Amino acid sequence: MGILVFINAAPHKLYGLPNNVTFDRGGSKTTRFQIGELMSAETLSTFPMGGIHPPESKELTEKLASEVMPSPKRVRLILKQHVGAPCKPLVKKKDKVTEGDVVASVEKLGANIHAPVSGTVKGVQNALHPLVGNAPALAIETDPEAEPKTYSPVDWTGFSREELLAKIKDAGVVGMGGAGFPAGFKLDVRPDVKLDTLILNGAECEPYLTSDHRVMLEHTKDIVEGAKIMLKILGINYCAIGVENNKPDAIQAFNKTIAEDSSKNGYNIVVKPLKVQYPQGSADQIMQAVTGRARPAGVRSSVIGIILQNVYTTKAVYDAVALDKPLYERIVTFTGKGIKKPANVMVKVGTSIADIVEYLGGTTPDLAKVIAGGPMMGFAVSSLDIPITKTTSGVLFLAKDEIDIEPHLPCISCGFCVDVCPMGLEPNQTSVYVEAGRGKDTEEFGVDDCFLCGSCAYVCPAKRPLVQFMTIAKNDLRAAARK
Amino acid sequence: MTESEATTVEAAEKAIAAEEPPKAIAPELFVSISPHFKNTDSVSKIMWTVVACLMPPLVLSVFVFGFQTLIITLVSVLSCVGTEYVANRCLGRSTDSIKDGSAVITGVLLAYVIPPGVPYWMPILGGVMAIYVTKVLMGGLGYNMFNPALIGRAFLVASYPVAMTSAWLSPIRDAAVFKYMGSGADAVSTATPLYVLKHYGFEALIERFGSLSVIYRDFFLGLRPGCIGETSAFLLIIGGCFLIYKRYVTWHVPASVIASVALFTWIFGGEGFFAGNPLLAILSGGVIIGAFFMATDYVTSPTQATGKIIFGVGIGALTVLIRLKGGYPEGVCYAILLMNPLTPALDRWFRPKRFAPEPEEGA
Repeated sequence: MGILVFINAAPHKLYGLPNNVTFDRGGSKTTRFQIGELMSAETLSTFPMGGIHPPESKELTEKLASEVMPSPKRVRLILKQHVGAPCKPLVKKKDKVTEGDVVASVEKLGANIHAPVSGTVKGVQNALHPLVGNAPALAIETDPEAEPKTYSPVDWTGFSREELLAKIKDAGVVGMGGAGFPAGFKLDVRPDVKLDTLILNGAECEPYLTSDHRVMLEHTKDIVEGAKIMLKILGINYCAIGVENNKPDAIQAFNKTIAEDSSKNGYNIVVKPLKVQYPQGSADQIMQAVTGRARPAGVRSSVIGIILQNVYTTKAVYDAVALDKPLYERIVTFTGKGIKKPANVMVKVGTSIADIVEYLGGTTPDLAKVIAGGPMMGFAVSSLDIPITKTTSGVLFLAKDEIDIEPHLPCISCGFCVDVCPMGLEPNQTSVYVEAGRGKDTEEFGVDDCFLCGSCAYVCPAKRPLVQFMTIAKNDLRAAARK
Repeated sequence: MTESEATTVEAAEKAIAAEEPPKAIAPELFVSISPHFKNTDSVSKIMWTVVACLMPPLVLSVFVFGFQTLIITLVSVLSCVGTEYVANRCLGRSTDSIKDGSAVITGVLLAYVIPPGVPYWMPILGGVMAIYVTKVLMGGLGYNMFNPALIGRAFLVASYPVAMTSAWLSPIRDAAVFKYMGSGADAVSTATPLYVLKHYGFEALIERFGSLSVIYRDFFLGLRPGCIGETSAFLLIIGGCFLIYKRYVTWHVPASVIASVALFTWIFGGEGFFAGNPLLAILSGGVIIGAFFMATDYVTSPTQATGKIIFGVGIGALTVLIRLKGGYPEGVCYAILLMNPLTPALDRWFRPKRFAPEPEEGA
């Protein structure tokens, strides 16, 4: 943990912010602030409790520039790849669509889905989804003759707040760090909610994954512009970009871009190098690390004056507003010992993992486990025939010697899991209760606050599947509440 | 999804299945819940590390008390591991648990807290009591309420009080390893410092063991009468600090046990208040081995810092109480056993601090 400094001084003096930035909300009474600007390697900001530092394993792909994969023969767009209601298809079988057309949409909370390729609609089919198993998906067969669509930037500064929001909603931008919350809805904050800080989440704390890292390096300017767009929508002027210190090139790139930017328009955008500590990129943890404010249980981040967006989402916001380009392709990290050629690949949403693996030259013979997402919170999949969604940041291929198939032991009460829990919960107690069939009695151990980061299971010497126990406890509590 | 939609989906699926066969996938993929990789510390790795940390005092005891300390330790370990194997076998449970090292630790610790002059069959009984009654019958590793090795010792003290409280050997300074070999309990020739202190007073202690500075040096290095593994504060502290360095145990329990024994002895241990000798209290008896290796047992000690400190202070206070007012000269064993069952309550009373503050009114 970095050195924490307890002060009650006005934070703008610390951060060098304009005086009109107020910090009067949230945990302001005894807020823990960390010295942001005087940071050396020892005093990097981080979150206050728990956390682990697993092997980063990012060296496999962090230096590899993203490469564009040619359009696959067929894409399947899962109709629910966001928080909210599933989309309804707007096209019928045999319809011709062009790259960038809206092919499915939803009236309530949700995000439009666009055709990532030009081609012919093949109808709605079932596709495998890492989480829900079979999910309805719209299949489109690619027209190999079609020219790829090109976009050129326009000046966005003239657009009003409503126009900007409409563009973001139309483009189907969702939180690309994994949550999939529609960005247009997140940014559409009621005017009476008092905000002061926009945080861009560039922590990328999951081992192995490097897609956010590559975006930060390759699209630095777009992200800074995207930040300005969101600041304009939110009506505030302070944005902090939180980046873990294992990406010094990204931190440098941001600093350079911000310093050279001539059109600041009074916006104050700063980079916050963060200590390399999992789960730094979790919402609560990065908000605490950057601003010192802790979000109370069960409320939105806007209650403590913060809006949080992933850096890749910010890039997508820029694309949506300045290029009019919907979100239908993204960089996905393909990595691990189980794949022949690790890479950061720019792929169309809906491309099957199997197609990408084929493009990259296949898997190695000792492949044992495939994970959609990172090793800490990703989902193991039983098949490679799974389409990429807007929230897939990486696919990890683990070899036989890297996976854990040992049976677990009883809890020996070492308390390691309690020490590393970033939320201050008691996975040990919860697991024992669940084993005894008493998941519904676990509320007191803070099961609701658990976001399944897996730090507890990572350190457990008895190799207990604590995330599974937590999930069961959550389900039991939900079932008990319904009664 | 409506029924008609579902049928469309099914039909489409069939059509697709007919059109192209599913892509060849990797032969066999494992699936499990996250996280998909874990750190390398395992129960058995931790346990065997503890065993390794306990080895230096054994080597010293062979040189100080003779070769039979090694035999007693081996007998004790074999008894514990054998009991675990047989008991689990009879109960139809997995016998893999003998490999995790926990029974070995129990065996080593049991041997370390019995006098070096006891007959060789005694640790066998202690091992059966420690493993079968205290651990296996309670449900196995993780479910025992009391420290198994200490229950083993308490059982032996209750059943064979003469041997367990008088089979002491004088330390041999010229390393005559085989001098006591074969002589068994006949070699009883001395009393522990705490016994001398309790029954004959401070002057007798000085007379028997030398001046205070000699006592401090000898007791620190391990040249004093006592149980097999408890005598060398120096080697036990090194082993314990290694465990703290490896983060397998935290400093809270050892520090609070040792500090509270010193404090309470200083206050109450002499003629009138604040006249006791805290250093002597720490270096004699089983305070160091109890603080670093017995009271820190995961299963029977609390997990939270505050709970650990209260646990440790309770052990220290009870130890001093038994030493000064009880019938036995030494009280570490019973002090730990008395605090063990408080562990669940301490864990319940002293919770970790939550990250998320309670939502404010109207928020």
